[in-house]
Amino acid sequence: MIPVAVEVNGRLRREQVEPRLLLSDFLRHQLGLRGTHVGCEHGVCGACTVRVDGAAVRSCLMLAAQVDGASVETVENLAGDGELTPLQAAFREHHALQCGFCTSGILMAASDLLERGRPSRDEVEDLLSGHLCRCTGYEPIVDAILQAVEQ
Amino acid sequence: MGVTRERTSWVGQPVARFEDEALLRGEGRYMDDIDPVPHAGHAAILRSPFAHARVNALDPARALALPGVIGVLTGADVARLSRPFAVGVPDAPPYLAAAHEIARYAGEPLAVVVARDRYIAEDALELIELHLDPLDAIADPDAGEVVSDRSFSYGDVETAFTRADLVVSERFRTPRWSCNPVETCGVVADWNRAAGTLTAWANFQGPFTLHSVAAGALGLPGSGLRLITPPDSGGSFGVKAAVYTYIVLLGLASRHLGVPVRWTEDRIEHLTAGSHATERRTGLEAAFARDGELLALRYDAVEDVGAYLRAPEPATLYRMHGSLSGAYRVPAVAARNRVVLTNRCPTGLNRGFGGPQLYFALERTMTIAAQRLGLDPADLRRRNLIGADEFPYRTPSGGLYDSGDYGACLDDALELARYDEWRIEQAEARAQGRRIGIGLACVVEPSISNMGYITLAQTAEERTGALPKSGNAEGATVSISPIGGVTVRVGTTPQGQGHRTVCAQVTADALGLRPEDVDVVTELDTSTSAWTVASGNYSSRFSGVGAGAVHLAALKIAAKLGTIAAAELGCDPEDVDLRDGKAWHGDGSVSLRRLAGIAHWHPESLPAGLEPGLYETAFFGAPNLAAPDAEDRVASSAAHGFVVDVAVVEVDGETGAVEVLDYTTVGDAGRLLNPLLAEGQIRGGFAHGAGAALFEHIVYDEDGNLLTGTFMDYVCPTAPDLPRLRIGHRETPSPFTPLGAKGLGEGTTMSTPVAIANAVADAIGRDDVEVPLTPGRVWELLP
Repeated sequence: MIPVAVEVNGRLRREQVEPRLLLSDFLRHQLGLRGTHVGCEHGVCGACTVRVDGAAVRSCLMLAAQVDGASVETVENLAGDGELTPLQAAFREHHALQCGFCTSGILMAASDLLERGRPSRDEVEDLLSGHLCRCTGYEPIVDAILQAVEQ
Repeated sequence: MGVTRERTSWVGQPVARFEDEALLRGEGRYMDDIDPVPHAGHAAILRSPFAHARVNALDPARALALPGVIGVLTGADVARLSRPFAVGVPDAPPYLAAAHEIARYAGEPLAVVVARDRYIAEDALELIELHLDPLDAIADPDAGEVVSDRSFSYGDVETAFTRADLVVSERFRTPRWSCNPVETCGVVADWNRAAGTLTAWANFQGPFTLHSVAAGALGLPGSGLRLITPPDSGGSFGVKAAVYTYIVLLGLASRHLGVPVRWTEDRIEHLTAGSHATERRTGLEAAFARDGELLALRYDAVEDVGAYLRAPEPATLYRMHGSLSGAYRVPAVAARNRVVLTNRCPTGLNRGFGGPQLYFALERTMTIAAQRLGLDPADLRRRNLIGADEFPYRTPSGGLYDSGDYGACLDDALELARYDEWRIEQAEARAQGRRIGIGLACVVEPSISNMGYITLAQTAEERTGALPKSGNAEGATVSISPIGGVTVRVGTTPQGQGHRTVCAQVTADALGLRPEDVDVVTELDTSTSAWTVASGNYSSRFSGVGAGAVHLAALKIAAKLGTIAAAELGCDPEDVDLRDGKAWHGDGSVSLRRLAGIAHWHPESLPAGLEPGLYETAFFGAPNLAAPDAEDRVASSAAHGFVVDVAVVEVDGETGAVEVLDYTTVGDAGRLLNPLLAEGQIRGGFAHGAGAALFEHIVYDEDGNLLTGTFMDYVCPTAPDLPRLRIGHRETPSPFTPLGAKGLGEGTTMSTPVAIANAVADAIGRDDVEVPLTPGRVWELLP
């Protein structure tokens, strides 16, 4: 077992992990943060995307041991105890989610993108090329993210 | 009870979803998120590496010795503890939840390891000693073993072909694909030794007929298999109907090992051994008069269902049986249906379910015929569309189309797509050497399946011995608590469609409330929910029978509230009006909370004959869904929407890449209960159809090895791959559903593959286009 000290959603967590434990399994099954979803475990679908030190990463392609000393943010932290963020509210308004399984990952990737500037429609679509959604056909997701850009 | 006409109807409004708040916060509760029983062991499944092999030895000793392993269930155990799954074809080979002596497809379960966690369980899989002798495998449907061969003929087909001026005779192929919800399948199984029963939590989409099939395999009466679904499901599109075989497999593991067992499918398992759409090879002959009148159709379909006929197959082949003539007025139709087994993954429900396969042949044929007749493809279709004054319309094969105005939809679509302008642009582009093509598709979208259609796989004679099957029903319960909280319970097992929101709208209308005043529970529990054999989420049945049952249950509650209120207000129940959370008579009113209080706290005061409490269940059964008749005619669905698509594509002459320049779809699904959600279904169906048209394809090599076993190989479209979608609606209510609604979840999945194929064929001047239209494939077809 390896000791890991990691800030997760603003709170320092100290845990012992197996060397091979995936970050996605660590978040879901050891810390109980089940808003992070696992869709393929080979880095294509993007459902498990979280932010590590601000950058969107696939938690199924990282080991828990790698986040020792880092700061991790998951979907549960976006609104916290408060109202939905403008990005989340825009998803609701545009019917940009149906089953909602891919949504957490897309929200985390989009929140990273929004903090880095004012993306164009093409840039939003490029971002989404790393995420699979099988329900919406993507167009409402693009519209929702662009609305959040305006806000 | 009176209904004030001026009150706004919540049904028909684009109400934003009540589901979304929790899902956006990461507080959805999907299958892998719930721990319904403590100390469940984690399962991993050993699978056959070969498409066809004899299992000579399977020794789990070394796996059992690994610390953390609880035990192993082998195929031999499965054979000993369970019965083959029931299926609707007499001579289908026995199918068990795991293989015992012979493995028949790559990925077939051979054993289950249960351990303290999944990591250990997967380690243990590698320690099982497995000795297999590979056998010759059949990967080509044309070489498959025929397990069902039925021929049908309606009307005078032979004469029609004799007097035809043009016969189009072509062969078409629709490959395997799979809808791949982003959440995979999952089960928690907890065998109760004392009672000899199984409780299973699964992201299943029923009970449907498959609960009975699973219970039968376990040797249990229906009450012995308690099935519970979690609050949220991460998509299904049909494929999670196949979870039932894993409910049996994990249920047996729990029984055998004496511990609760949980299993979450991984993506590779899902792609390898989930539920593929059938591959269909169709020969279609179509007889036309010179003026374009369609005289007859003759199908010859070979349907590859994989290694086993897994219920509800061969339903893919029969779901569309009443719609063999599509949207057209055709007096004569014949079909030969052959079901073949191959050494490939068993097939099952996938969005569209038989529609993409049927319409690829029919709508390609209409386009090819138009070209040969020298007609515009839109004109040929218009010439043959069923007229608005012909509904309800009985098709030759027994389908009963409820309502529609097909010609108006076609006109709308052509106008919205600027069809005439595109034809001019196409000609100009061609003059510059650019390959622009325009494709049309007109499809009738059946919804609410007749539970009896699958019995067409048997002859009329074979059917006579068994209980006839017909109809499609759904139940719903509406209750009001002692302090006035309204709860709706449904067995429609949604996977993202927004059933909670629509049920709240429907109930709010009936009770004079706001949708936010209504709580809707969609977790199904077969021991407490109101359900029947049709219950669940498939064949786009929710808006017709699901919401219809809610409407009827809410009306029962409304009637009871009206009776109680009438006594309070001193009027007749018919003169009570429910609105704004109160019951009104003139200026006098009494609150819903008080009425609920009377029903629960003060039953002594209830009008004579009225039961205490406020808890009403209603079942709605779609009408006009008789069992197949002696001539094999069947009304295979209760409601029929209509979809017209216009696709405009450009093919790159250097690379063969297809770009969709413009895409329009116009649909008529009856009354739209929530236009926001309706558009979501249309967009989602389009994305699946466009994926099938351009990208998605399950590929096996000639030995039956799967070549598309990851998302790197099985290509799903992403945002930059899909064009913006232009959507138009018409609303011709169905006379057969309580709210006038028809299903609309699958129409664009049926129409899009062939609309895009027609456009590509138009662009490159070839008839032999096949989906998916990948650049390599199109490039090889370029003249």
